[in-house]
Amino acid sequence: MPYEQIKFYQVGSFAAGNRLLDPEQRSVQSGSERSNTLTCGHRACQGCGEALGARYALDAVMRATKGKMIAVNATGCLEVFSTPFPETSWQIPWLHSLFGNAPAVATGVAAAMRAKGRTDVRVVGQGGDGGTVDIGMACLSGMFERDDDVLYICYDNQAYMNTGVQRSGATPPAARTATTPAVGDEPGNAFGQGKNVPLIAMAHEIPYVATATVADLRDLEYKAARAMDFHGARYLHILVPCPLGWGSAPGDTIKVARLATESGLFPVFEAEAGTVTGVSPIRRRVPVTDYLRTQSRYAHLFHPAERTKVIARIQAAADRNITRFGLMKDQTNDPERTGVTHSGPAGSDPAEGS
Amino acid sequence: MLKQIEGSRAVAETVAMCRPEVICAYPITPQTHIVEALGAMVKKGDLAAEFINVESEFAAMSVAIGASASGARAYTATASQGLLYMCEAVHNAAGLGLPVVMTVANRAIGAPINIWNDHSDAMSQRDAGWIQLYAQTSQEALDLHIQAFRIAEELSNPVMVCMDGFLLTHASERADIPAQAQVDAFVPPYQPRQVLDPSDPVSIGAMVGPEAFTEVRYLAHARMREALELIPQVAARFTADFCRESGGLVRPYRTEDADLIVVGLGSVLGTVEDAVDELRDTGMRVGVLGITTYRPFPARAIAEALSGCGRLVVLERALSPGTGGMVSADIRMALPAGPAMHTVIAGLGGRAVTRKSLRAMLTQAAAGALGPLTFLDLDAGLAGRELARMRDARRSGPSAENMLRDLGISASRIG
Amino acid sequence: MFQVRFHGRGGQGVVTAAELLAVAAFTEGRHAQAFPSFGSERMGAPVMSFCRIADTAIRTREPVTDPDALIIQDPTLLHQADIFGGFRGAGPPGRPSAGLRCDGYLLINSAKPVADLGLGEYVRAFRRERLLVVPATQLGLTHLGRPLPGAALLGGFAALTGVVSLASVEAAIRDRFTGAVAEGNVAAARAAFDFVTDERKALTDA
Repeated sequence: MPYEQIKFYQVGSFAAGNRLLDPEQRSVQSGSERSNTLTCGHRACQGCGEALGARYALDAVMRATKGKMIAVNATGCLEVFSTPFPETSWQIPWLHSLFGNAPAVATGVAAAMRAKGRTDVRVVGQGGDGGTVDIGMACLSGMFERDDDVLYICYDNQAYMNTGVQRSGATPPAARTATTPAVGDEPGNAFGQGKNVPLIAMAHEIPYVATATVADLRDLEYKAARAMDFHGARYLHILVPCPLGWGSAPGDTIKVARLATESGLFPVFEAEAGTVTGVSPIRRRVPVTDYLRTQSRYAHLFHPAERTKVIARIQAAADRNITRFGLMKDQTNDPERTGVTHSGPAGSDPAEGS
Repeated sequence: MLKQIEGSRAVAETVAMCRPEVICAYPITPQTHIVEALGAMVKKGDLAAEFINVESEFAAMSVAIGASASGARAYTATASQGLLYMCEAVHNAAGLGLPVVMTVANRAIGAPINIWNDHSDAMSQRDAGWIQLYAQTSQEALDLHIQAFRIAEELSNPVMVCMDGFLLTHASERADIPAQAQVDAFVPPYQPRQVLDPSDPVSIGAMVGPEAFTEVRYLAHARMREALELIPQVAARFTADFCRESGGLVRPYRTEDADLIVVGLGSVLGTVEDAVDELRDTGMRVGVLGITTYRPFPARAIAEALSGCGRLVVLERALSPGTGGMVSADIRMALPAGPAMHTVIAGLGGRAVTRKSLRAMLTQAAAGALGPLTFLDLDAGLAGRELARMRDARRSGPSAENMLRDLGISASRIG
Repeated sequence: MFQVRFHGRGGQGVVTAAELLAVAAFTEGRHAQAFPSFGSERMGAPVMSFCRIADTAIRTREPVTDPDALIIQDPTLLHQADIFGGFRGAGPPGRPSAGLRCDGYLLINSAKPVADLGLGEYVRAFRRERLLVVPATQLGLTHLGRPLPGAALLGGFAALTGVVSLASVEAAIRDRFTGAVAEGNVAAARAAFDFVTDERKALTDA
């Protein structure tokens, strides 16, 4: 995303307080006129990354479309916790059909809008990693192949959470889930090939693909809005930690997401027509262990003894991401590169803090 | 306008006149000619609709769901394996109360894979909550589509129009293709009960727990009961507007004084009527009851039509292995104390149902010599030899291949 | 009702021929039904198609097992035992005859005379003037530039049986095809009609 240099005083994170910004630079979430597309009263767990990600992304889409959007939701946590009969938290027209067909249903909604000449109404399809990466893959690929005018958002918490934390095609190696338990000689999920859906989306050469996390609100809002600049098939993949399934503290959701990006395990980038057009460089690189230690789904890598070989393989994967996507442009703290300006008392510099 | 036309083509031209807004289909024999014709019409600009080439039948019904929920008139077509592949979405459409219209070009379900006609596909979905209409001729096939859009949208319930694969889809016969103005007068613009609209947002498809699920399902049941009233009204209105009989619940033929009545669905009824005429010429008092609306099951209409006869033969184009027929079970439920009933499983996987075999079977039935469950034209020797092979050896091999080799159809073993 | 069965190979237009015959009957105000012996599409495989023509609605849908006329589009199929199954003439040697009268029509696509087709014994069962050949493939090549015998066979059928007129056959062709293809087919049908008419005349005069 484009970078702007601003002054900030906040310690411990790279977030800039909105009151320090000009109104037009402020995030959608900071405004009282934000849509609250997913409004309060839903039944998500304390600290749910998906609830956060959905609200962030969809409020940005609502602003970009001037409130003219329809959402199609796959079965999953988001669908279940947002519509417990007889209530709904959605303030937009919203349709839930099945687990594996959200992209196809969204295609149908988009076709209906075209048939009716409602080119002003935009369509979002959304689902968790389960409904996207596994059971929804055929429909997703079909939607990409036809270049249907749909923005598909995948909220990736890396397992089938709603049904009790079972492993999905998005579950990372070594992670504990209910179907890849932390027992035996090789506890946790196996080291397979993984299924990198953002890269699969890029292979379809659709107009816009991006990854984001709930740790960087402005980046996520920017990408959701940017996606609406395009017509045709678009894909947004958002990492959303799940305290329950990941075994992280509910208050750490944003921190855990940030560690995922800063370790290199979750590259944040944008692509258009199959080519990467921008990456969010890692500002302060951390070893993968900093990330892994925050979640008890990786506890077996550290207790009773540290599984150094497994951790090394995970680190190697992070290293490959960093090289592949150019996530560390160079090792300096050049503000041009990192977007960090030092100002105020030396003690407030987060590069030297914590 | 009267035309000599292929059944699929007749249906495509008529569906086009019903002004569908979104057409989404995946090709499967024997439905291909219908969707190809519609696709060509859209591409040429003769039909203003969105035509989506989907990647599977599951996607086809899903696209239809999205379109219908957004207020667009949605249409798709499939058969056999395709109907099964979209099964989850078929139930979903009915559960959500979306008036999708779908043509099912009836074809057998595998294994073994078979592309020919029987009713096993539609029968497998008889409890999904869709209205099921069965066409006897190409004329009725196209007529039923016009009625289907009206019925579906009036009730907010999906409708499947069943037409026998190959026998109706690929046969050329005479049909009266209506004029656009006639169809427009019969099928008004779609006014949805529920619709995704940014100016009036609703959530469709919420989870419903034990506290309300029964009531939601009861509404589906109530819709089907209402359909039993609406379908004859629509058929009567159709007769008035188009000057021919088509649709409705049941169609009796020479049943008034019949001692023996044959019950059936679909295009086989034509052959049955010919056989019945031949038997009537010999003095046998036999009649036919065609079931046009199979779901909801028109129990009362059937009971009335069968009230006078002493014996029934139910001709089934599908099989419930180990049990027998499905239509038979429905009829027995409608007539618990009714006449003696013989289930005859006929024409599975496209085996021809001939007048000769029907006459022989009905003669046996009239003489009280037919058992409760018969397979018409079963090659008992062929089946028996495979059963013997299976008894003799554990590793008897795939049954289908064994039997085909027995019939001399497969190539001989190499080496 | 008049029932016709066509025998040929996939790709030769067997299905189209049956459909065109149905349209020809339709143009004369009659009811007609045409359908193929359904199978997976495959070039070169033996296929059959059927056509029923009647003055009232045709209800039955079983395959034609007792044809009034057989049209053999591919002479290499002549010696398949099942071709003559149900034919209203004597059956193949060793098989019981399916009909009582030997007055069915048989039209074979061949450039050879009937005597050279190796039908032997079988020929004697038919009324001689109802068992005819027509070089339909050659006529197709001459008038269409392609070895498609369908239109010629229909022209020959009209001459042989009179069940439909040549004018109706031409109308059916023009309903299905346009331009040079239509005119080529019409020319082939006409040529075949004349050929068969002459052939019949020669037999009945002799």
